[in-house]
Amino acid sequence: MTFPKYLILAGVSIFAPLGDSLLSYGMKQVGNVSLQHIASLLLAIINPWVALGILLLLGFFACYMTALSWADLTYVLPASSLGYVLLALIARFALHEHVTVTRWLGIALVSSGVGFVTQGPERTRHPSEPSARAVVARPSR
Amino acid sequence: MTHGISNLNAWLAIAAVVLASSTGDVLLARAMKKIGDVGELRKERGLFSVVLLALGSRYFLAGVGCMALAFYSLLFGLSWNDVSLIGPATASLTFVANAVAARIFLHEHVDSRRWAAALLVAGGVVLMAV
Repeated sequence: MTFPKYLILAGVSIFAPLGDSLLSYGMKQVGNVSLQHIASLLLAIINPWVALGILLLLGFFACYMTALSWADLTYVLPASSLGYVLLALIARFALHEHVTVTRWLGIALVSSGVGFVTQGPERTRHPSEPSARAVVARPSR
Repeated sequence: MTHGISNLNAWLAIAAVVLASSTGDVLLARAMKKIGDVGELRKERGLFSVVLLALGSRYFLAGVGCMALAFYSLLFGLSWNDVSLIGPATASLTFVANAVAARIFLHEHVDSRRWAAALLVAGGVVLMAV
């Protein structure tokens, strides 16, 4: 793993929770959408908060696609979940919100999960891949 | 009664998000593995050519379609309940669903370390929302 690759994972971590939060804020302004008026969901993107949320989610998507091109899905998803921790830390230290013991426990669990997965290899090598073939072809001692 | 309908709609949306998002993730992961390392390709052929490669992939287009479905299901869910329920519920269930789907459809080596990571993150996300 190189520094630019860690930056890509950081992009996935930061853009997704921020985008989701903005979407949530915007959808509260739009109001309830019933199944009978499902088309009004399409108009929700006119709301500026929803639009900004979508823009951040596009940034997330670009980083996510890049990460998936060199790492496994089961590596990228847990490794990029530090965004949840980041949001809680912003809530505690920047917004001075009360963070409960349960939430700190959640932060510890997410951080442990990220620690676990990032210690392992980022990609499964299948026998059909060139680099894997080289490893397989090399005689074992 | 209204509260019950609101909860039912929210959980229907959560189920739709998890299903569509896991399917989309698997399709996109398959597309990007077939395309190759985007960083290397961008250096060799330029960004435009990488974008064209992605847009020419059936897996990529199907994955984006599933993600769009997941996105609108998320908006539908958010209009019926708080992000503190919808966000963690969809995120944590998607972690577990993706680990299962990646093992079955992408043949990824999901060892005990990755299972532990998926479950720890899923559990952590739920606790953070309580």
